[in-house]
Amino acid sequence: MRTDPIRVLVAKPGLDGHDRGAKVVAAALRDRGMEVVYTGLHQTPAQIAEAALQEDVDVVGLSIHSGAHMTLFPEIKRLLDANGMGDVLLVGGGIIPEEDAAQLEAQGFGKLFGPGSRTDEIADYIEAELDRRPAK
Amino acid sequence: MDSAALIPAFRAGDRRALSRLLTYAERGDDAFPALYDELAPGRGHAMRLGITGPPGAGKSTFVSALVTARRAAGERVAVLAIDPTSPFTGGALLGDRIRMQEHVLDAGVFVRSMATRGSLGGLSRASLEASDLLDVFGFPHVVIETVGVGQVEHDIIEAADLVTVVLSPGAGDGVQALKAGLMEIADVFVINKADLPGADQVAIDLREMLALRSQRHGDEIPVVRCSSIDGQGTNEAIDAIDRRWRTLQHDGRLAARRHERSVAQVRRLVEQALRERLFGSDEDLEQSLSSSDLARPYAACDMLLDRFDAQTSHSRVSPTPKRNEPR
Repeated sequence: MRTDPIRVLVAKPGLDGHDRGAKVVAAALRDRGMEVVYTGLHQTPAQIAEAALQEDVDVVGLSIHSGAHMTLFPEIKRLLDANGMGDVLLVGGGIIPEEDAAQLEAQGFGKLFGPGSRTDEIADYIEAELDRRPAK
Repeated sequence: MDSAALIPAFRAGDRRALSRLLTYAERGDDAFPALYDELAPGRGHAMRLGITGPPGAGKSTFVSALVTARRAAGERVAVLAIDPTSPFTGGALLGDRIRMQEHVLDAGVFVRSMATRGSLGGLSRASLEASDLLDVFGFPHVVIETVGVGQVEHDIIEAADLVTVVLSPGAGDGVQALKAGLMEIADVFVINKADLPGADQVAIDLREMLALRSQRHGDEIPVVRCSSIDGQGTNEAIDAIDRRWRTLQHDGRLAARRHERSVAQVRRLVEQALRERLFGSDEDLEQSLSSSDLARPYAACDMLLDRFDAQTSHSRVSPTPKRNEPR
């Protein structure tokens, strides 16, 4: 089992300014003993992928409320893969219809958490997923 | 990327290899000592600037302005930004990147956030090794931003060549933060948020206190006013930093500081290795001590040291001995 803290990048891709959810999740993951890098609003996919590389995170958490997730999320995944960061656990949250979530999960995304998700559930999921993965 | 491939990739300028080595440094990976010792002889080319000061003084914003100015001069910059780890949960919220967003896609800039992970002096445990890596990677400027500090957290001198202390007006009596430690480690003072009222008073108070110090060291410590949010005064601050750097280079203090730093690093590594070897973990220590041992702490200490001497382990730092090793 790993002894060093899980490192998570929490990012807001796209143009919406609703970062309350991202901040609540960031604080909850911190309280679970994770190191959370928060990048602020209005990130492009390229900025998110580069920040993930520089911070060498285990997890990238994306929060989105603008409806552009089917454009932005796959692009972020593509850039992470191109950076050699394909083993990063990608999770997301916000307003994401179920059929979109299923499609993203089929593309290699981890779980996508909709409204009403409990922060415990998100932290549990991340811990369990990373326990299953080989150490980097 | 496996650890054997890291050094060639690092030397070839692969940022991912750099990033992964920083992770190894941070978590004290078993593979790290050998990898680090292979690279460490190449350190000593970068100007390592420590940025410290009270919380909210504008350290990150100043660093961002500094990066903008260095980049305008065509120089590459790496930033190590340190934020506190919660002593209760071990977690951390690393928010320094928020102020550095404009530099993310600039290939001449590399920003890494680190949590203190239990270290109390304003840095993280591996700050020095991490800044060494950034130096050897080829960044001519390595900026190390500490957590917001109070009066005594001055570990920054153990990782930086020179130190800028950032203060701001409106945070009560600015000189409160300067009673001892911080006051003595500054090579340059920056009074940030100089557009706010009270900046002049901070500058006056500071110069008064510095007058005493200057007489002792025969050495002028510059005080520069800045408004980092709009970049005003940044060039003056950089001029002051660069002048100070040249002074330290010429009068031999830079070499002396670097030498002291290397000695302190070895001392710290020995201390860490000894501590691990002595105690393994807190649970091991607890199990070694009976209630009669606890009643006589000095005798318990002698008992543990005797046992340590008797076992005179042959294991070496590299690779780090496993925790919970049978003794």
